[in-house]
Amino acid sequence: MASVALTHLDPASRAAARGWSDLTIRNLFIIPTLVFLIVFNIFPLIYSLGYSFTNFAANRSEPWQFVGLQNYRELLSDDHIWSNFVITAKYVIVSVAGQMIVGFGLALLLNRSFPMKGLITTLLLLPMMMSAAVVGLFWQLLYSPSWGPINYVFGLGDFAWLSNPDSALYAVAITDIWMWSPFVMLLSLAGLSAVPQHLYEAAAIDRASWWYTFTRITLPLVSPILLIALIFRTMEAFKTFDIAYTMTTQPTAELIAIRLYKQAFQQWDTGKSCALAYIVLIMVLAITNLYVKYLNKVKER
Amino acid sequence: MAAVRTSSEVALNRIAIVAVLVATLVFLAPIYWIASTAFKPKELAVSVPPTVLFEPEVTPFVRLFTKRVQMQKTVDPQVYEAAPWWEKRIYDGGERVLKVGKDVQLSQYPDRFMNSLIVAVISTVLAVGMGTFTAYGFSRFKIAGEADLLFFILSTRMLPPVVVAIPMFLMYRAVGLNDSHIGLIILYVAFNLSFSVWLMKGFMDEIPKEYEEAALVDGYTRMQAFFKIVLPEAATGIAATAVFCFITAWNEYAFALIMTNRRAQTAPPFIPSQIGSGLPDWTTIAAGTFLFLLPVAIFTFLLRNHLLRGVTFGAIRK
Repeated sequence: MASVALTHLDPASRAAARGWSDLTIRNLFIIPTLVFLIVFNIFPLIYSLGYSFTNFAANRSEPWQFVGLQNYRELLSDDHIWSNFVITAKYVIVSVAGQMIVGFGLALLLNRSFPMKGLITTLLLLPMMMSAAVVGLFWQLLYSPSWGPINYVFGLGDFAWLSNPDSALYAVAITDIWMWSPFVMLLSLAGLSAVPQHLYEAAAIDRASWWYTFTRITLPLVSPILLIALIFRTMEAFKTFDIAYTMTTQPTAELIAIRLYKQAFQQWDTGKSCALAYIVLIMVLAITNLYVKYLNKVKER
Repeated sequence: MAAVRTSSEVALNRIAIVAVLVATLVFLAPIYWIASTAFKPKELAVSVPPTVLFEPEVTPFVRLFTKRVQMQKTVDPQVYEAAPWWEKRIYDGGERVLKVGKDVQLSQYPDRFMNSLIVAVISTVLAVGMGTFTAYGFSRFKIAGEADLLFFILSTRMLPPVVVAIPMFLMYRAVGLNDSHIGLIILYVAFNLSFSVWLMKGFMDEIPKEYEEAALVDGYTRMQAFFKIVLPEAATGIAATAVFCFITAWNEYAFALIMTNRRAQTAPPFIPSQIGSGLPDWTTIAAGTFLFLLPVAIFTFLLRNHLLRGVTFGAIRK
C-alpha cells in the first residue's frame, strides 16, 4: 500500500525532479519524531536500567556503588512487594471484569433505535474523558461515612468505604468501573453495529431463542473487539496510579504503581525503584505486545 | 429489525429503554454531585440527608479565587456596607479577603489553571504538528520495518508514567528543568506523540493518494501537494487529534505530581492538595473541580463522532 505512491512516480520524471526528493521528505517527516521519542523515552529508560544495578539514592550526595543484581534479588524475595502485586491483580480482575460486564450490558441495551440515542450515548461517555485524579478525589465525598450520598441512598449507615482496609480497594475499583465501563460500551457498540442484520433475520425465521441468537451470533462476532477492550483495560488497570492515590491511603489498596512512586519519591530508594520499574515495565510491554497484535487483527477486517 | 414484531418484543424494547435511562442517571449522578456542590452553601455540602435541591449561589467560586483568613470579631458594619457583593459573601461566612493595599489577593487556583492551559496547549500543538508529518510519512512512503517502528512508537505511549518519571526526574534535576513548564511540555509531547502519529495515520490513509498524484502531475512539488492538498483534507482529523491530545495533557496527574510543585504546577495535582487536614471545604473544591472539568465536557460533545477512533488509536472507525 504505502509503496504505491512511490512507484507511480517515475524517478526520472519532471515531477520527481522538482523540489525535495521523496526520500528527503520521508526522512524529514519521520526522523525527528523517532529521535524525540528515543531521547525522551528510550534514553531515560537506559539511564534507569544502569541505576537499577546500584544503591543510588537521589536525596543523598554520597557516591553510589555497583551492587549487581542485588536490587532485583531483594525485590523478588520481598513479601511486601509481592503483596502489592497481589493487590494489583485483585484490582485488575475486579475492575476490568466489572467494566466488561457493565459496559457490554449497556451496549446491548443501547443497541436499538430510540429518541435522543446520540445524546444519551455521549452523556454516558463523559466519565472516561475526565481526570481520574480530580474525579477520584471527589468520590471521597460521595463515599463519606458521615454525609456521603452513597451510604444514604443504599442505607449503609456509617460504612467507611475508603478507610476500611477490607473495602478500600473495592471502593476504588467501583469508581474505576464507573469511569471506564463507558469505554467498553463504546467499543462494544461498534462491534454490535457491525453484526450483519441478515443473520438476526435468519435466526428470527428459524424461531431461535434469544439466548441462542446471543451466544451463537452476537458473542462470536463481537468477541474480537471485546478482546481489544479487555486487553487495553487490563493494561491500564495494571498501571493505575492517580485514581487510587487520590482516593485512599489504605495499605490494602496500595497498587504496584503507588508502591513504586513511594519507593522512588518518598523513600528515595532510587536504585531499587529503578529495578522495580523495570519489573513493571517488562510486564506492561508483554501486555502491549498482545494488544497491538489483536489491534492489527481487527484492523485488517 | 425483524419484519414482524411481536408484542413481547415491543415490551422488551421498552424495558431496555427504561433501563438505559436509569443507567444514564446513575452514571451522571457523580457529575451532578460535583456540579451541584460547586453552587451549594457550605453547610449544605455536608448535610444529612444529602441535599439535592437548593438555592444555588456562587460563593464557592468567590472563595475559590480569593485568599481568605478567619475573622476574630465581626466585621465593622460600615466596611461591610461599602464592600462589593462578592466580598459580603465572604464576610457572611465569617472570613475576610486578604488584600495588599487595595488589591485583592488571588488564591493559587487561577495560576494553576493557567499552568494547565499553557502546558496542555503548547504540548498539543507540538505533538499534533510532529505527529501529522510523521503520520503522512508512514502513510505514503515505503519504510523498512514499518510495523516494528509503529509498534515502537505505540509502546512509548504504554509506558507507565511513574516508570518514566524516575529517570526523567533525575535528568531534569541535573539540567534544572524540574518544576518548569518546558519540562512538563516535553513529557506531554513525548506521551502524546505516539497517539497523534497513530491517529493521524488513520486519517491520512483515508485521503486518496490520487489527490496528490494529480497535483504532482499539475506541477506541484510534493511539499506543495502536502501543504495545499493533504493538510486541508486532513483538517477534521487534525482537529480531533488535537482535542484528544489536549484532554490527555489537561487530565494528566502522575508526571505533574512528580515534576512540579509550585511555579509550574498544574491543576490536577493542585486540586487534591487543597484537601489538607481537618474538615475540607467541599464547595470550594467542587467549584475548582467544576471549572476544571467543564472544558473536557464541552470537548467530549464536540468530539462525539470521533471518540471510538480516538480511544482505539485510530484502529477502529465507525
